Amino acid sequence: MSQKHKIEVALWGGLKPFADGNDKVEVEAATTGQMLAAVIKKHPALEDHIEAGVSVAVNGRVIASSLTEPIPEGAEVVIIPQLKGG
Amino acid sequence: MIHVTTTINGDETEFVCDPRETLLDVLRDRLSLTGAKEGCGTGDCGACSVTVDGTVVCSCLVLGAEAEGKEIGTVEGIATGEDLHPIQQKFLDHAALQCGICTPGILVATKALLEKHPDPTETQVRYWLAGNLCRCTGYDKIIRAVMDAAKDMRSAA
Amino acid sequence: MAFDEAKKDFNLIGTRPARPDGIDKVTGRAQFGADKAAPGQLHAAILRSPHAHARIKSIDTSAAEKAKGVKGIVTRADFATGLKGEMWNKLENVMAGEKALYDGHAIAAVAATSALAAKDALKLIKVDFEVLDHVTNVDESMKDGAPVIREGAAGPSTPEGMHPNVVGFYSSGHGDVDAGFADADLVIEDTFTTEATHQGYIEPHACLAQMGKDGKGEVWCCTQGHFNVAKVCGHLLGTEASQIRVTASEIGGGFGGKTEVFIEPVALALAKKTNRPVKLVMSRSEVFRASGPTASASMDIKIGMKKDGTMTAGRGVFRLQGGAFPGAPGTFTAMCAFAPYALENVSQEAYDVMTNRPKQAAYRAPGSPMAAFAVESVVDELCNQLGLDPIEVRLKNASREGSKASFGINWPRIGLVECLEAAKAHPHYSTAIPENGGRGVSCGFWFNHGGETAVSLALAEDGTVSLSVGTPDIGGSRASMCMMAAEELGIKYDDIRTTIADTATLGYNEISHGSRVTYASGLATIEAARDTIKKLCKRAAAKWGIDEDAVYWEDGFAKPSGPNAGEFEPMSLAKIASKMGATGGPIVGHYEATPEGAGVSFAVHIVDAEVDKETGSTSVGRYTVIQDAGKAIHPSYVEGQFQGGAAQGIGWALNEEYIYGEDGRLQNAGFLDYRIPVASDLPMIDTVIVEVPNPGHPYGVRGVGETSICPPLAAIANAVSNAAGVRMKSLPMSPPRILKALDEA
Repeated sequence: MSQKHKIEVALWGGLKPFADGNDKVEVEAATTGQMLAAVIKKHPALEDHIEAGVSVAVNGRVIASSLTEPIPEGAEVVIIPQLKGG
Repeated sequence: MIHVTTTINGDETEFVCDPRETLLDVLRDRLSLTGAKEGCGTGDCGACSVTVDGTVVCSCLVLGAEAEGKEIGTVEGIATGEDLHPIQQKFLDHAALQCGICTPGILVATKALLEKHPDPTETQVRYWLAGNLCRCTGYDKIIRAVMDAAKDMRSAA
Repeated sequence: MAFDEAKKDFNLIGTRPARPDGIDKVTGRAQFGADKAAPGQLHAAILRSPHAHARIKSIDTSAAEKAKGVKGIVTRADFATGLKGEMWNKLENVMAGEKALYDGHAIAAVAATSALAAKDALKLIKVDFEVLDHVTNVDESMKDGAPVIREGAAGPSTPEGMHPNVVGFYSSGHGDVDAGFADADLVIEDTFTTEATHQGYIEPHACLAQMGKDGKGEVWCCTQGHFNVAKVCGHLLGTEASQIRVTASEIGGGFGGKTEVFIEPVALALAKKTNRPVKLVMSRSEVFRASGPTASASMDIKIGMKKDGTMTAGRGVFRLQGGAFPGAPGTFTAMCAFAPYALENVSQEAYDVMTNRPKQAAYRAPGSPMAAFAVESVVDELCNQLGLDPIEVRLKNASREGSKASFGINWPRIGLVECLEAAKAHPHYSTAIPENGGRGVSCGFWFNHGGETAVSLALAEDGTVSLSVGTPDIGGSRASMCMMAAEELGIKYDDIRTTIADTATLGYNEISHGSRVTYASGLATIEAARDTIKKLCKRAAAKWGIDEDAVYWEDGFAKPSGPNAGEFEPMSLAKIASKMGATGGPIVGHYEATPEGAGVSFAVHIVDAEVDKETGSTSVGRYTVIQDAGKAIHPSYVEGQFQGGAAQGIGWALNEEYIYGEDGRLQNAGFLDYRIPVASDLPMIDTVIVEVPNPGHPYGVRGVGETSICPPLAAIANAVSNAAGVRMKSLPMSPPRILKALDEA
């Protein structure tokens, strides 16, 4: 497991009220799971939303559910609603 | 209960059924001929198509008792032994099925079409099969398979 | 996972072999959900609510229990208690609790010695209903004073102060949309609606179940996800998923509708109560009233454009009703709406609203087709008013690698521009538009999905292969799996048999949804084959007495490499397999993962339509589908997905709709009155397969099943609007709606 590093995480607009009005959160993490846990720690009001299911885009690649995907340094990270399909 | 003697795919067959049972119910539940499918039970989808004395019908709209003395043809009777009928082979060659639930009814209807009209136009095929719903394919590959089968059957005749 | 070097030289991939289940399906042998019988089986039937919204005061089954042939009756009291969240919602939908929430909601079920006896007994069950006010329209359901479906159902994102029927909210965007609109030469703002439709699979839901007092059960059913059936049945019956073995039958269409569980828990509960196998098959009217149609939508769109075609801003508000439970796909509607366009200023918001209708289920790219209808209609109108070519405008604004998507991510490698270029170059686009006709163009977008996947690949001593996958084959996927395994192993396509394994035989597999099967089960098949190859090389190395790293696999043979090259005769798969028992035991390759590299997919559709202004009827004259498949494994079945999605879209655009009366009852619960396209309604559907490889799959595959239904609603609406000379803002564009629009123009 690689070292944790600083990540700027973008939230979708609807989450802003639950992140003290921020649409970006800076955390230290090396994987998607660590990142989500760190985001919740910083803004506990996001827990219900994240636990209800979210996906994460890392450099444009959508990680639907995995908590173990590595996040490289300097990656663009965006939390989006959880994806599934018909 | 009613006692019925009939012929199915050339075999003499006897069964008993409730007067309310449809021919489709009898084929599927009493004779284990499950090739004909029930998609609607109201004659709208054609998945239960069989022939009665050579005419294509929705077997969900025919009573089992009405089969008395008739010649019934189902999808199970289309191939000869292990040899597929040309329309069956063309459906495979053209990938003319996705899920395959409508396929038995469409094959029964197509066989009757080509026996009556060996050289149909695309429009004729589309109208002949208008009573057989397919939700997967958009009909494109089905129509191509039928036209191709007709062509091969004409040159073989 | 990224596959930096997608494989390019193929032997089998891209060819069109006959499907392995083909002969069974053209001879009537294939066994679908209703085709299996068990010795001593009972037949079941379900009593359904005739009311859209009613309190169930009492259910008296005593007369029915005494009826001829009746062996058991179940109500809500026969299912698990204490469920929460999603599983409570599922149980509440499978069998009503305190209230009937829609016309068709299950109230009780009977098992009897024949289907007729079971149906007769339903008439003897007495239910005392207290009829409540109901609401079936999305906009009405959001208003103050609308009947409350259920208090406390709202999710965490729902803004304060909204009606309790509003249960979900999503918003996103970037830039400054008001500044963007101020910057535009033309701004168009309008409201659009779509009606609920049904997936319309021809095979009704059907199952055969048995269950003992010990809670061990067996289910045979038509489903897109049998592992999910086991999971849900376990919860709803108060037992464990692993105690219920589910086998997926052949499936007669699903399109998302068979991702849900409706009847299997009922059949299991009856089987447990009667200690007999129970067969339960829905009628067509039950399928319409009580399975999972789509959401209906009401949408406000505003887009600004400069004279040169540059889109300056876009805003969308989407309201979707998803029936009497949370889950309408408004979030996806909002995310997909502006996905084809690289907008500097964009905002979208969506509301998930409950009504007294059956719980919506996925239908091919859930939520996306309605979004495309609304947005692409406005884009078309902007092009018309500014005198611009609709494909050039789309190319000018197209999303491409590195541009920022409307929902916040930066796009990876995508194929929209390639699709638009192919559309522009297609002969269809340069032919004259027919007199009295109109041409419509639209883009469409869907995410696609990976999901939990497990695959096992076992060799037989004769050198053939059994491949077990856990994703029900809904459109020919077993052919694709055989092709991918054969490609890797270097053996014949016909030497592989692919089976959909039951839930006791393979690790958990997510549902066949999200266009994931060829992507995820395909990836897992390739990896399982590569795992097998490693094991084969190891056996050859041991035989030759060399290091296993010094053996490589090529065209079906283990070969020595490096200094040993040419030293030993290459060994075929069959030769190694023939001795496997004595050289280390059975050879089985496997792969289990949740692949996270599903590539998104874009499509462009072109359609010519003619409108009869006397009757209001529309005929579709020419139709062309252009879509990015990443890499087409079996092109015939890729084309089939393109054509099938287009045909379903034509139905949605022109005819299909759920019609509820003032009494809240569904008025058209049959194929006669809910008319899906028939052969004589449609033209041939041309297809162009664009291949922009997905780096998340070893061969570059992108899912193709869903994107094909995203553009047609809009493309046809644009064609019809251009033919009729009036903008059509409500679907379906049935003759009465077209005549009304012409009258009002």
